[in-house]
Amino acid sequence: MNATVIPPFARTYRYDAIDREFLAERIAEFRGQVARRLAGDLTEDEFKPLRLMNGLYLQLHAYMLRVAIPYGVLNAPQLRQLAMIARRWDRGFGHFTTRQNIQFNWTKLEDVPEMLEALAEVDMHAIQTSGNCIRNVTTDEYAGASPDEVVDPRVYAEILRQWSTLHPEFTWLPRKFKFAITGSPSDRVASLVHDIGVAAKRNAEGEVGFEIHVGGGLGRTPLIGRRLYDFVPEAEFLGRMEAILRVYNALGERDNIYKARIKILVRDLGEEFRALVDAEYDRMPQQAYRLDPEIVAAIAAHFAPPPFARLEDRPLPQDPAFAAWARASVRPHKQPGYASVTISLKPIGGIPGDASASQMEAVADLAERHSFGEIRVSHVQNLVLPHVRQEDLHALWQGLAAHGLATPNIGLISDIIACPGMDYCALATARSIPVAQRISERFADLDRQHDIGECFINISGCINACGHHHVAHIGILGVDKRGEEVYQVTLGGSATNDAAIGELIGPAFGYDDIVDAIETIIRTHIAHRAPGERFVDTYRRIGAAPFKEALYAVA
Amino acid sequence: MPLLEDGRLRPDPWASVDDDVPLPDGPVILGLEQLRREAPALARRNAPIGLALPPETAPAEVAPLLGLLSLVALRLPKAKDGRAFTQARALREYHGFTGEIRATGHVIPDHYAMLLRCGVSTVEVPEGADPAVWDACRRVVDIGYQAALSADAPLSLLRRRLRVA
Ligand code: SF4
Repeated sequence: MNATVIPPFARTYRYDAIDREFLAERIAEFRGQVARRLAGDLTEDEFKPLRLMNGLYLQLHAYMLRVAIPYGVLNAPQLRQLAMIARRWDRGFGHFTTRQNIQFNWTKLEDVPEMLEALAEVDMHAIQTSGNCIRNVTTDEYAGASPDEVVDPRVYAEILRQWSTLHPEFTWLPRKFKFAITGSPSDRVASLVHDIGVAAKRNAEGEVGFEIHVGGGLGRTPLIGRRLYDFVPEAEFLGRMEAILRVYNALGERDNIYKARIKILVRDLGEEFRALVDAEYDRMPQQAYRLDPEIVAAIAAHFAPPPFARLEDRPLPQDPAFAAWARASVRPHKQPGYASVTISLKPIGGIPGDASASQMEAVADLAERHSFGEIRVSHVQNLVLPHVRQEDLHALWQGLAAHGLATPNIGLISDIIACPGMDYCALATARSIPVAQRISERFADLDRQHDIGECFINISGCINACGHHHVAHIGILGVDKRGEEVYQVTLGGSATNDAAIGELIGPAFGYDDIVDAIETIIRTHIAHRAPGERFVDTYRRIGAAPFKEALYAVA
Repeated sequence: MPLLEDGRLRPDPWASVDDDVPLPDGPVILGLEQLRREAPALARRNAPIGLALPPETAPAEVAPLLGLLSLVALRLPKAKDGRAFTQARALREYHGFTGEIRATGHVIPDHYAMLLRCGVSTVEVPEGADPAVWDACRRVVDIGYQAALSADAPLSLLRRRLRVA
C-alpha cells in the first residue's frame, strides 16, 4: 500500500500501520462477500446489509458509493484522490452530503473493490456509511478554529468513530444510528435532531464532560431529542454510549421499519428510558469501558493546532466584489490574523453539494497554499478552509473565483440543502434538485439575497427527509399526489440551539407553482419584518396567519 | 443441524425438546415456559439442562434460573436481527453465565467473529455448511477498536488484536 504523504500540519487523524492493516482486511472481507454472493452462497437478502455497511447503495440508474469523511475532515491528498476517483470511475463529479460524506452516483459494481483500494491509499473507506449500524459521526465544520469553542469535538468524534467501527454488538441494530457532536455552546451540528446529540463542555474545574440528548430525528416522525444527561464525565463517555445502544438494540422495534429508530423508543418509554439506561450502566463492568485519559491525550495530539504565525487582525481590502464575497464567506477565527472560509458549492442554478474533479483539485491546491492542507465538509453541503491568514483572503478569493467557487451566498436564501430526490434516489416521490435550481435562479440577485438576510431552505424528495426540510426556516417536501409531484411547505424550523420542527403552512403547491410560493413567503416576510429581522424571527413573532393569507387568499 | 465450535464442526449432544413430550435422557434444551414451570423438578435432574431464550426476553428475566443451566441458546430470527448479541453480552458480563452460549436461527458466516466477541461459544449452521468458509470469515478482520469479551491483545489506543477462537 502506498504511504500517504500527509501535509505536515493537516490535522486529520493519521493512520498508522495498524489502521492500514485493518482497512486492508476489511477490503479483503468485502471481496470475499462479493465472491460468495456471486457464487450463490449468500442470498441477496443476506448480502444487502453487508454491501450497505460498505457504503454501496442501489439507486435508480446505478450503484452509488458513499465514502466516509469522518466528521467532515479531509486533507489535500485525500481530496485529490476523491477527484481522481470521480474522474476515473464516475462522471467527473462527486456529491457532498449533509452527513459530511461524499457520494459517487454512477458506480459500477465491478469497480467497487478497486475504488475501495484507491480510497485506502489515502486512508479512506466507505465503512458504515449505510446500513443499520452506527454511521459517520458529524461535527462542527469550524472545529479547532471557532472562537466560541470550549472543547475540540474532533477528538471525541474520532474516539466515537474508532469505538463504533465494526462494533461486535451494534452492527445489526434495528435501524441506522447517527451521532453528532459539538464543542461549542452554539450548536452548528443539529445535535437535537440526531439519534444521539453530544455537546462537549467543561465544568468549573475545567474537566471535559458531555451533555447527551437522545432520540431526536427527522424522517416521517420528526422529533427533538430529549436530554438524557447533563454532564457525563469523560471517563464514562463510552460506557454510557454502550448502555444507550444496548437498551436500543434489545428493545428497538424490529418489525415495522417506520418505528425502528431510537426516537420512537425514547418517545414511547419517556422517563423509563433513562431508568433502563442507568440500570444497564450500573450493571456493566464499568472499568472495562472506561475511557482512559492517556487514550484521549494520544488522540488529541492528532488534532493539535497547526503552527499559526503571530499575526494581528487586519481590515480587509475594499474591492466591492471581494467584500461581498467576504461578507458571506469569511468567519472569525480564534487565532488573531486568521479566518475560516466557507466555499459555496451552491452556484446559482447548480446542483447543491456537487463538485467537479477539477474543482476538488483546485480546492486541494488552495488548501495547501492557504490552510495548512486542511479541508472540511459542512453539513449544509459546502466546503470550509478552516485556517486562512486574513492577508491571504483576497488571493484565495481570486483562486476560488477562477474555478466557479466564489458564489457569495453562504447562509443566504440560495444556499439550499437538497437531497438527490427523483434524479437519483429510488425512494423519491418527487424531484428536489431542479426545485433548488429554480429557487436559486429566482433569487439570483445578490443585493436582494443580502436584503432578505439569513434564510435556510431545505428540500427533501420524499418523507424520509434526507434534505432535513423539517428544520429549515423554509422546508419543502416533495410528495406524490395521484401521480403528480406536489410540494408541502413548512415554516419556522430550526436545527440550532432553538431547534424546532417547522409547521405545515397549508395545502401543497404544484411543481410549477412552488417557486412563486417561496417568492410570496419572502415578500410577506419583507413586508412585516422589523429592521434587520431574520425570516425565521419574523415568522415566530407574527405567526402563520399573514403567510397563509398571502399564499391562499383567493385573488 | 450441524454445530460449529472454534471453526470446526463437532457432534451435538443436545436435544431440543418441545413442551409436553417426556424428557429424553441426556442434555436437553427446553423452552422458557417449560423451564419456569418445572424448575423445581428439573433442579433434581442429573443430565444437563439448556434454555432456548427467545429474542425478546431479557436475560435479567431468567437470571434466577441460570444456576440450573449449562447452555443458553439464542436465536436470530433474521440475519439482520441482532438482539442476540446484546443478550449474549449481558449473560456473560453481569449474569455470570459460564456455560455454553449457542447462536441459532438465521446466522451467516459474517456474524461469526462478532458473535464470538460477544461471548457466544457455538453456532448452529445450515446443513451442508462449509466450516472452512466460517473459519475464514471469522479470521479475515483481526483488529478490533473496542472492548469486547474475547481475550484480545491490546495494541495501542482503543485497538486490539482479536483472539476470537
Ligand atoms: S429524502 Fe427521500 S428522495 Fe431524498 S434522498 Fe432521502 S430517501 Fe431519497
